[in-house]
Amino acid sequence: MSRTGLRHHRPLTPYLFVAPYVVLLLAFVVGPAVFGVWMSLHNWDFMLPGKPWVGLQNYLDLLDSSSVIFHPFWNGMKNTFLFVLISVPFLVTIPLGLSLLLNQKFAGRTFFRAVVFTPFVLGVAVVGLLFGYLFDPEVGLINGILSGVGLPKVAWLTTQPQAWITIVVTTIWWTIGFNAVIFLAGLQGLPGELYEAAELDGAGRWARFRHVTVPGLRNIFLFVVTTTILASANLFGQPYILTRGGPGDSTTTAIMAMTNEGLRGFRMGTAAAMSYVLALALTFISIANFLIMRERKPS
Amino acid sequence: MTMTKLITSGPSGSASTELGRRAHQRGYSRSRVGPLTYVAMTVISLIFVLPLLWMVLTTFKTESDARSIPIRVLPSEWTLRAYRVIFDDAANPVYTWLFNSLMVSVLHMLLTLAVASAAAYALARMQFAGRNLLFGVLIATLFVPGFIFFMPNYLTMSTLGWLDSYWALVVPGAAGAFGVFFLRQFFLSIPRELEESALIDGANSWTIFTRIVLPLSKPGLVTLAVLSFLGAWNDFIWPVFVLFSPNKMTLAPGLATLQGAYTTDYPVVMAGATVAAVPVLILYVVVQRYVIEGVANSGLKG
Repeated sequence: MSRTGLRHHRPLTPYLFVAPYVVLLLAFVVGPAVFGVWMSLHNWDFMLPGKPWVGLQNYLDLLDSSSVIFHPFWNGMKNTFLFVLISVPFLVTIPLGLSLLLNQKFAGRTFFRAVVFTPFVLGVAVVGLLFGYLFDPEVGLINGILSGVGLPKVAWLTTQPQAWITIVVTTIWWTIGFNAVIFLAGLQGLPGELYEAAELDGAGRWARFRHVTVPGLRNIFLFVVTTTILASANLFGQPYILTRGGPGDSTTTAIMAMTNEGLRGFRMGTAAAMSYVLALALTFISIANFLIMRERKPS
Repeated sequence: MTMTKLITSGPSGSASTELGRRAHQRGYSRSRVGPLTYVAMTVISLIFVLPLLWMVLTTFKTESDARSIPIRVLPSEWTLRAYRVIFDDAANPVYTWLFNSLMVSVLHMLLTLAVASAAAYALARMQFAGRNLLFGVLIATLFVPGFIFFMPNYLTMSTLGWLDSYWALVVPGAAGAFGVFFLRQFFLSIPRELEESALIDGANSWTIFTRIVLPLSKPGLVTLAVLSFLGAWNDFIWPVFVLFSPNKMTLAPGLATLQGAYTTDYPVVMAGATVAAVPVLILYVVVQRYVIEGVANSGLKG
């Protein structure tokens, strides 16, 4: 509806513009979301001639400690939850510190900002192989440095909790630039007058951070924490490359359990059920996160 | 936008702005940077750069140099053996993977730009029945985790005959909502008057879209192009499962198999990683402004 009253377009035109995208959306997003529920209600085994309806059986199996899927599923859920719990605090606080550092006006800060973000443009495959070498228990750089200063070597990839430490360190190195850039954009959106006014009132560095930066970044915090939890819950590539899910199955994540069941075991009905239970758990966490962050908002 | 409002509204809002203006006149600066900042930034930069340097240095080492304890920083003899191994071995055709990755990423990028820009333009500027529904579905998909689509899309690939083919990597990802949101934002900022005067000159929607809107949105298109290229180049979990023939693979899943084949030959494994890293690092150096802006926008407008 143009303001000049000219007819902007023919009635069919908008549909021609959105049609290609809508076809993709229906075929690869909306359709699969619905079809996945349907799959999860069937015994969708590649080896079976038919796909018999089993109702909620796939979901009940996930809750039944005598079923074969019970252990892999809850082991994966537990490991994923553990990773989220350990990694998210680092993945939020370190980037926040970095962004505060980078938000100062100094020569070369654009360069430093680009450097901090660099690992993120590399894929998990490159980062995984690189850190697999750095943390190699025999010939890796980390143990080389440790033994150089007279410390014993550490079996980074084959014992716990060292394997988790390696995965978390790798993830931090790989992804903190992403959150740092988002925090930095938020910081740059804060009006400078507030800081100047606070400084005039005699507020020190900490008081300015506490009373100006933190409240101003609340929405950004909510975004960063939520997206980081969701991204961490998708953990797959790092343990796939670094530890192959081991030692034992201690770094086998929920997504690994799902792909093992669906794409290696070809029991896609249970795998689909697993993906919906995991998604439901994440939805609850996101809502809880939203409510907690919102309550702190001054009214 | 809402954030700024949140901060400046309230009883003290105008007073603090006034104070701030006076403070500014007196020459108060927001932060003073001491040498400590430079020391900190240098240390942090080394943490990000040294591992990459180590990766590249390793590719020029002999196998025994790469395994030497104590650690040997520079190769005792510089050699291109690792690169010869990965490019000669027919079982691990890194050249083919490199080509596949390039082709898949470029096709995915072009498809994403085409479908997302057209849809974004209709959503930004046209009224039509179902517009709000489409917008609602788009927002909803932003909150649904991707692994939900894994099993059904695998079956779709199998039905379409797209397993072990590039189409599985090029097409489904173009259905993501981010590109549409991102470009819509850009299109909304273009003055309507430009389009209206073109309309008076007899241009149709398609002409306005291709001759006015797209050329004016170049920064947005470049940003989305880079982000979708990087997305396809670095995608790991999906290609690991939908590609199986060694000569059909892209670099990311290929590298994982390289690791299995040369478990202990680190120069060879690092050479593979370097071949995958260097093209995106070069791309990143050229367009880093767009990448960082795109990511920053995803946080503020998402």
